[in-house]
Amino acid sequence: MTVSGILVIGGGIAGQAVCEAIRARDREVPLTLVCGEPHLPYDRVRLGALLAAQGSVDALRLRPDSWYEDQRVQVSTGTRVEALNADQGSATLSDGEAVSFARVVLCTGSDPLVPPLGNSGAAGVHVFRTPEDCAAILAAASEGRQVAVIGGGLLGLEAAFALSKLGCRTTVVHLVDRLMERQLDAAAAAMLSPAIEALGVEVRLEHATAGVQIDGAGHARGLVFADGSTLDCQLVVVAVGIRPHAGLARASGLEVRRGVIVDDHLVSSHPRVLAVGECAEHRGIVHGIVAPIRDQAEIAADTLCGIRSAYQGSVPTAKLKVMGIDLVTAGTVVGEREVVVADATAGTYRKLVTAADGSVLGTVLLGDARGAELLTDAVRRTASTQDPLALLAEALAATAAELPDDARVCNCNGVCKGEIVAAIRERGLGCTQEVIAVTRAGSGCGSCKPVVSELLAIERGGAAEEPSCLCPCRRQTREEIAAIVREREITSVGELGRACGAGRDCGACKPGLSYLISERQAGRFREERHARFINDRVHANIQNDGTFSVVPRIRGGVVTPDELRRIADVAEKYELPMVKITGGQRIDLLGARKEQLPAIWEDLGMPSGYAYAKAVRTVKTCVGTDFCRFGLGDSISLGIELELAMEGLHTPHKVKSAVTGCPRNCAEAYVKDIGLVAIEGGKWEVYVGGAAGSTVRKGDLLTTVDSPQAAKRLALAYLQHYREHGEHLERTYGFQERVGLEAVRAAVLDPDQQARLIERFHIAKAACDPDPWRERFRPVHPKQFAELDSEALDLVAIAEGR
Amino acid sequence: MSALPATSTWLLIGHVADIPELEGRSVTIAGRRIAVFRLPDGWAAVDGHCPHRGGPLSDGIVAERCVTCPLHGRRFDLRTGEQAGGQDRIVVHEIREQRGKLYLRLTA
Repeated sequence: MTVSGILVIGGGIAGQAVCEAIRARDREVPLTLVCGEPHLPYDRVRLGALLAAQGSVDALRLRPDSWYEDQRVQVSTGTRVEALNADQGSATLSDGEAVSFARVVLCTGSDPLVPPLGNSGAAGVHVFRTPEDCAAILAAASEGRQVAVIGGGLLGLEAAFALSKLGCRTTVVHLVDRLMERQLDAAAAAMLSPAIEALGVEVRLEHATAGVQIDGAGHARGLVFADGSTLDCQLVVVAVGIRPHAGLARASGLEVRRGVIVDDHLVSSHPRVLAVGECAEHRGIVHGIVAPIRDQAEIAADTLCGIRSAYQGSVPTAKLKVMGIDLVTAGTVVGEREVVVADATAGTYRKLVTAADGSVLGTVLLGDARGAELLTDAVRRTASTQDPLALLAEALAATAAELPDDARVCNCNGVCKGEIVAAIRERGLGCTQEVIAVTRAGSGCGSCKPVVSELLAIERGGAAEEPSCLCPCRRQTREEIAAIVREREITSVGELGRACGAGRDCGACKPGLSYLISERQAGRFREERHARFINDRVHANIQNDGTFSVVPRIRGGVVTPDELRRIADVAEKYELPMVKITGGQRIDLLGARKEQLPAIWEDLGMPSGYAYAKAVRTVKTCVGTDFCRFGLGDSISLGIELELAMEGLHTPHKVKSAVTGCPRNCAEAYVKDIGLVAIEGGKWEVYVGGAAGSTVRKGDLLTTVDSPQAAKRLALAYLQHYREHGEHLERTYGFQERVGLEAVRAAVLDPDQQARLIERFHIAKAACDPDPWRERFRPVHPKQFAELDSEALDLVAIAEGR
Repeated sequence: MSALPATSTWLLIGHVADIPELEGRSVTIAGRRIAVFRLPDGWAAVDGHCPHRGGPLSDGIVAERCVTCPLHGRRFDLRTGEQAGGQDRIVVHEIREQRGKLYLRLTA
């Protein structure tokens, strides 16, 4: 492996930050990252979100695989460093390999602290540190379960909320007399407890847990406290704090107290060894939050790259990332001079702490965090104020526009307002996601995303955001490509490739480019089949054996006896091995060979169901008022009408829809990309962004309308909005999460915007092909459905060289 | 066809017009599925099955010199047969165009 380079031990946020900071200074120095966990670096801060969303760790990844390749960071996962010899500059890995290095950075993080409890090893007792912990907790956290979270700090509270959201009856047990005592003063803490209980999480303060009670099978069934009282629970989550993971440092002979002792250059007691993050102890302080880790990584990279700088410590900041509670603290929260504006009834508490000379030392904002960036920035700069009350009031009205350029917007990644604004201007960024991708602001805990969006909106003069995507080979954003399409009036993928190279290297983005051009140019788009996935070249869905499946259009799931007969006849005539009823209320004919497709379509005499495309698939319906005793609305008529309106349109990803005649939801409209639900009084609810695949998500209720026609109109407006703003291969559930329900409502419900969306929908609809199976009459190429030897081919051997 | 063609033999496999630009088609020769591609600067022929799970490479998306398997996205260089970002390799066969016809010579 490396002989002269830098070895970074630990693939957490700190290890990643160090690698990025080094590469920002030196693109050449050999860099090796060894991750103990079996994942590439992910954002541990958002583990609570992972728990709440029941998501995959991939959603938390800090960088994609390609980043490590592009940046030439040699990375190994699931590998631990067993021994370190700083004098010789060598390390021994758990896989037996030896690595030599010029300098090494310890980013070994911390272990969760488990207090000495009786039966702490019982089944049902979990710590909360890794995605694996998260998965174990999720597996045990069924609805109605009683859960105890030991620890009322940031991590414990976030875990408790996630569990409560999953339907668990959750109690937070805390040792001392107030929550988050490290970040909050007593008065704020006193207001936090009732706010938390109002969200359905019980709080028990001053409860010293003595042990876990177990049942006959050795599984946790409750907690017993020092005063003899008990709490029934089947799941225990321990989140009381961290212990720096300094075993390797200690074994290597480095000076260790709580953490690895480092100086102002982040260098340990051995000049070759640096330490950053939760494992490091600087001037007696071990930081357990992200912002200081980022600060340290920058200084450590300076040190490694021969740049003189010094770490002076960090201002501690904390944000509670719990829906429904705004809480931000920074700096010291008790001091010589304190001003507080509090409203116990409204549950707001805003405090500024200053020194006698007016230097701003700390702030606590609870229940109303307006101006948090401004005040946090004042704390970080130790700004001076003669009138703290006025500063608090001023912050209330502050928007992102008023922030100074050097105000830090993203605490997780240490990104200032000025950098964000510069990136937006210089690179012409068009959407929050792009700004996040470019600047990293908002890619940590995500709590500053609204500010990032606000800055973007200011820069764009309030214009709506535009989506983006990359041609990964040529590194072109969707925005850049869209601009080229617009400016050069490009109408095909080939033309685009000649203009800017997009799609020419690996070709993977060609279907996305096809969609982008077709969406932007509507009727002027020139289809090129090489830019389509095989499914869209032959209008059928390729199967694992290279055969295809055929799904005819069956609108609303309503089919005639004659159509059923033809389907049966086709299945027999072509000896198709399987006929399958799909989840979308259609019929799938499986196992057709490519050459058979045109004849099958002809015999079916039904239009294509588009089951193979990133397009509108189907609209499921229930029997509604036609036959059902409970039906409140005519779901079949509306469903068929909606399917007729939407069919044939390509979309960023597939779109599934349903119309159901009452809230019993037999057509499963709550979990569709677009779902319409009839309710009492002739009204219809419009749900968007639902999913019931690998992600399960109930759709967001866009609004309730008075007629089926209004519901259909909204469905079409939403479809068009998603067509214009969704990233390629982004389902509506991801789109909803990314842009937020309010932004969608603003775009779709506003009468003017809605009218324009509907107008553009009609233009797109007019340009689309509702039945590509008609290519059986008019193939785009004489051999569209044929292989070279589909017709008996005489293989003529000819002599070599002829 | 009775006997196996010798590997040193050029075989007529089709016509230039049989394959649109930047697409592939397949042909079976002596029980061996071969994928043939029309690239911007010529032709390429490789073994037709993806070494991963047997996907039909001739149905893949074709770029200037590579193809992506339609089943699970393995990508192969059509000149060298090497997998992008992986260890797999597909056999590359010789192909040439003469007077509108395509001739292929199998690699052993």
